[in-house]
Amino acid sequence: MELKRLNSPFNRIIRNMERKFVVQGIFIVVAAIFIIRLFLLQVASSEYKEMAQRNATRRMIDYAPRGVIYARDGKPLVTNTTVFDLMIVLKETKIKDTTEFCQKLHMTKDELYKVIKEIRKDKAWSRPTALIKQLSFNDLGRIQDVLVDYKGLYTQTRIIRNYEQHVMASALGYIGEISKKQLDDQKENYYSKGDYLGISGLESFYEEELRGRRGVKYLMVDVKGAEKGSLLDGKYDTIPVPGKDLYTSIDGDLQAYAEKLIAYKKGGIVAIEPSSGEILAFVSAPTYDPNMLAGRKFAKNAFALQKDTLKPLFNRPLMAKYPPGSIFKLAQALIGLQLGVINEHTLFPCNKDMVNCHNHASPLDLRASIQHSCNPYYYQVFRKIINQDKFADKFKDTEVGFEEWYHLVRNFGFGQKLGVDIPNEKAGSIPSNAFYDKIYGHHHWKFSTIYSLGIGQGEIGMVPLQMANFAACLANKGYYIAPHFVKGIGKDHELAEKYKEKHYSGIDSKYFDIVADGMEKVVNEGTAAASKIPGITICGKTGTAQNPHGEDHSVFIAFAPKENPKIAIAVFVENAGWGGAWAAPIASLMIEKYLTDTITRGPLEKKILEKHFYEPKPVKKTIEVYAKEHDKSKDVNKDKLN
Amino acid sequence: MRQDDNLSKSIDWLSVAFYAFFVIAGWLNVFAAVYDAEAHQNIFDFSLNSGKQLVWIGTSVVLIILILVIDYKFYNTFAYIMYGLMILLLIATIFLGTEAKGSRSWFEIGSLRIQPAEFAKFITALALATYLGKINIKFEKLQTKLMCALIIGLPGICILLQNETGSVLVFSSFILVLYREGLSPIILILGLVSVILFILALIFPPISIAQVVVGLGILALIYIITSRKKSTKVRTLVIRSSFVLVGCIICIATAFSVDFFVNKVLQDHQRKRILVLVNPDIDPLGAGYNVTQSKIAIGSGEFLGKGFLEGTQTKFDFVPEQSTDFIFCTIGEEHGWLGSTILIVMYVLFMMRLVYLAERQKDKFARIYGYSVASIIFFHFMVNIGMTIGIFPVIGIPLPFFSYGGSSLWSFTILLFIFLKLDAHRRQLLSH
Repeated sequence: MELKRLNSPFNRIIRNMERKFVVQGIFIVVAAIFIIRLFLLQVASSEYKEMAQRNATRRMIDYAPRGVIYARDGKPLVTNTTVFDLMIVLKETKIKDTTEFCQKLHMTKDELYKVIKEIRKDKAWSRPTALIKQLSFNDLGRIQDVLVDYKGLYTQTRIIRNYEQHVMASALGYIGEISKKQLDDQKENYYSKGDYLGISGLESFYEEELRGRRGVKYLMVDVKGAEKGSLLDGKYDTIPVPGKDLYTSIDGDLQAYAEKLIAYKKGGIVAIEPSSGEILAFVSAPTYDPNMLAGRKFAKNAFALQKDTLKPLFNRPLMAKYPPGSIFKLAQALIGLQLGVINEHTLFPCNKDMVNCHNHASPLDLRASIQHSCNPYYYQVFRKIINQDKFADKFKDTEVGFEEWYHLVRNFGFGQKLGVDIPNEKAGSIPSNAFYDKIYGHHHWKFSTIYSLGIGQGEIGMVPLQMANFAACLANKGYYIAPHFVKGIGKDHELAEKYKEKHYSGIDSKYFDIVADGMEKVVNEGTAAASKIPGITICGKTGTAQNPHGEDHSVFIAFAPKENPKIAIAVFVENAGWGGAWAAPIASLMIEKYLTDTITRGPLEKKILEKHFYEPKPVKKTIEVYAKEHDKSKDVNKDKLN
Repeated sequence: MRQDDNLSKSIDWLSVAFYAFFVIAGWLNVFAAVYDAEAHQNIFDFSLNSGKQLVWIGTSVVLIILILVIDYKFYNTFAYIMYGLMILLLIATIFLGTEAKGSRSWFEIGSLRIQPAEFAKFITALALATYLGKINIKFEKLQTKLMCALIIGLPGICILLQNETGSVLVFSSFILVLYREGLSPIILILGLVSVILFILALIFPPISIAQVVVGLGILALIYIITSRKKSTKVRTLVIRSSFVLVGCIICIATAFSVDFFVNKVLQDHQRKRILVLVNPDIDPLGAGYNVTQSKIAIGSGEFLGKGFLEGTQTKFDFVPEQSTDFIFCTIGEEHGWLGSTILIVMYVLFMMRLVYLAERQKDKFARIYGYSVASIIFFHFMVNIGMTIGIFPVIGIPLPFFSYGGSSLWSFTILLFIFLKLDAHRRQLLSH
């Protein structure tokens, strides 16, 4: 019945008419609800107006404490210091008298104008911008009144670094404000303008572990700009997650001693624990106090360091590529033994026709050749490696022999990045067949073209870190673990798998014993005889890296004790002549210090300390003055370690 | 030539005036939202949203001219083809679109960014109107209803797969169109009840809802029994009572199943996404914060508002959707209750005008399309303003013609002007 009624044309029209009104009615009802709701919000209640007045909400970043970096003995190397940035929201601040304003804040008008100019540029009138950066607690006390007098000024807590032991600037690195480019390039949008992040060294390599995660705090601010507690009881706040601590393998005392020994010399020292690949000491000389790049004088000091002709910011152990010189003979001996082209008794005369040598007995066997660092001996060894007379064609024979040599050399970690856990490591260079083919053409070069490689000269480049790693490989009789600073990250002391992996050289361990015998003689009665330590058997090898630009570089690698090596070391002193002169004594003092914790050879130490390869520069003074200033302020605002 | 004369006479200038009002008022408010007294900004500055919006407005005028020039028969004739192409484009977007904020709904062609979902609205409306507008189609048939559901649902599912939940919900506005064409009002009411139940089930524990439902059921039973007339048969009473009983049981079952579904079936992040609709506090730094700020801004406007460009609250840097989804805050703060009310009344008058225009169509196709236009605009109006004043969950959809943004302005312009074009030719449409 109902259906019938609906289907009659008249009713249908009525029904459709109704529906038109229903639809329009819905519009009106919704609109009416909105208008009533708005009336309640806007007119009937004054609650929101009051909230609006109170509602100068301030969004503060709650920076997470950065992870602490510890030395081998558990003493902190790097801790945090809390400082305060004075922030300004220019739109809220009414500055009537600029002179008075600047006076109260202990700043110059120029400084103020500079900040205002920057705000103009960024169109950041309503965004907080740092007016004065890195105030200490004391500074803050002095300007406390101003914060009350002016609206739109407040302080933002920040964390800067405190380099407790004043050492190892080149490996620890520093933190600084994020650059425009980094800001634009970041993948996860974590940082904002003015944020600090690790710029070099461990600070940069472990940035993500160290930084933790920052939080955000919302504060209510009244009309005058004074803080009135957290917004809605901190409902919107996020709590910062502290950064992870780093436990490094650095021996703080050994590191400080190394820096003392190499002071006023240019070069580098790298000491490694062979069994683990852990770096014990790492010096790039000349060095500087890392605190120079941690405080308010950052910009000034960074500029001074950059301008310094001695290049203190150049990370020599990682980046300074030198031909290794005679230390490379050890690698040649091992490869020769492994390929069977020589044995431990092989004799070669010291024939100075092809390469020069100093005067010593002749002919020599392998051990003695290491002891005396005989150049013609290694000319012959290298010739035997390259030309094994497997092919009648000399060029082909060279190509095959060289290929074999190339692979074995690279197994020692030469010509490639070892993967140390700080940035900017250089790979060094070992020439390949392709390299010489490109220069001379395929089959257009032979042994006589490349013989200088035999004694570590020519187209070969190595950084000091690789030399130290080579020493570790010799100590381990055939393998190395990639050198690294950090032996544990965070509470669980996590260590990346790659720092547990053994890299084998592909050379029988028995051959390493022969080479070690020779190295022992180097220190006992050979080229580094002045550096022997009574009671400790050091295996070492001197080197002299030719330097076309001036005096040769002094090189020495060693490990000790021979029976159970605890330390492998490479010392490199630029423009210091032959290896036995300066590099070997420094290494031997380091070894003695590390193994016995005492120095018995006072005169030798004195001689090293007094040797200056350049005259003290004002930079050094800056460091000392700075360190004193820093110590004074430290007790005031130093963060407690937990 | 003759046709052009006709067009200028027969186009509904009142609607065009409404359109112009919304677009210009929107543009001024987009400027107000970014305005900074000390920045010496110019409303025409192309680095500001207001400058860019001017470009979108200019291009919209070009679009309008194009729409008015194209033959009115085009929209009817090519509706299905456009619909097919649109579905393909939507599917392509799912796989090839540019990912932004967790959804894949943009196509990037050089510097041009297109959101196909925006254009799905008017094409779906055209397709629906074309289908229902056929002379031999009877809406009463189940097949017809299913077909309608398919036409509306298909783009909805595609957009859902792009993770653009807000845009999907817009498609529910077609229920008003279907209602007008004969959908039972019970479905409208049931739909409304189930939405309310769903939201209530998210807010309150199902046990409390059950208690309330049982209470209401008892009241309804008492009413049925007490209000009976002498002539009412016992059988009728029993039928009515059992309706109430079944209704209660369905309501309670719905409440419990929603609770089970949300808490047991959904994964954590999905649950959060749904719960944030009813409780912004779950995501306080996101949507919740916006709503608090938005309410404070609007509330501080009082009766007359603070005046154009005088707002203080709406200038906060941390209401990121200030020019787009939360543009109504600016009105509320700077123009007060009076200004807000005028704007709302303008929208209602405009939508009623559209319904009036739709009703005067003699051609079913044009009428259905007209209703679609009114319904889509209404849905945006309701959800957008409702969200800013805190009575609707935060669903990021723009205020028609008003909010900043090219894709949305373009799509609303196209939506409206196709209808105005059809309306201008309504006499010719009759004869076809």
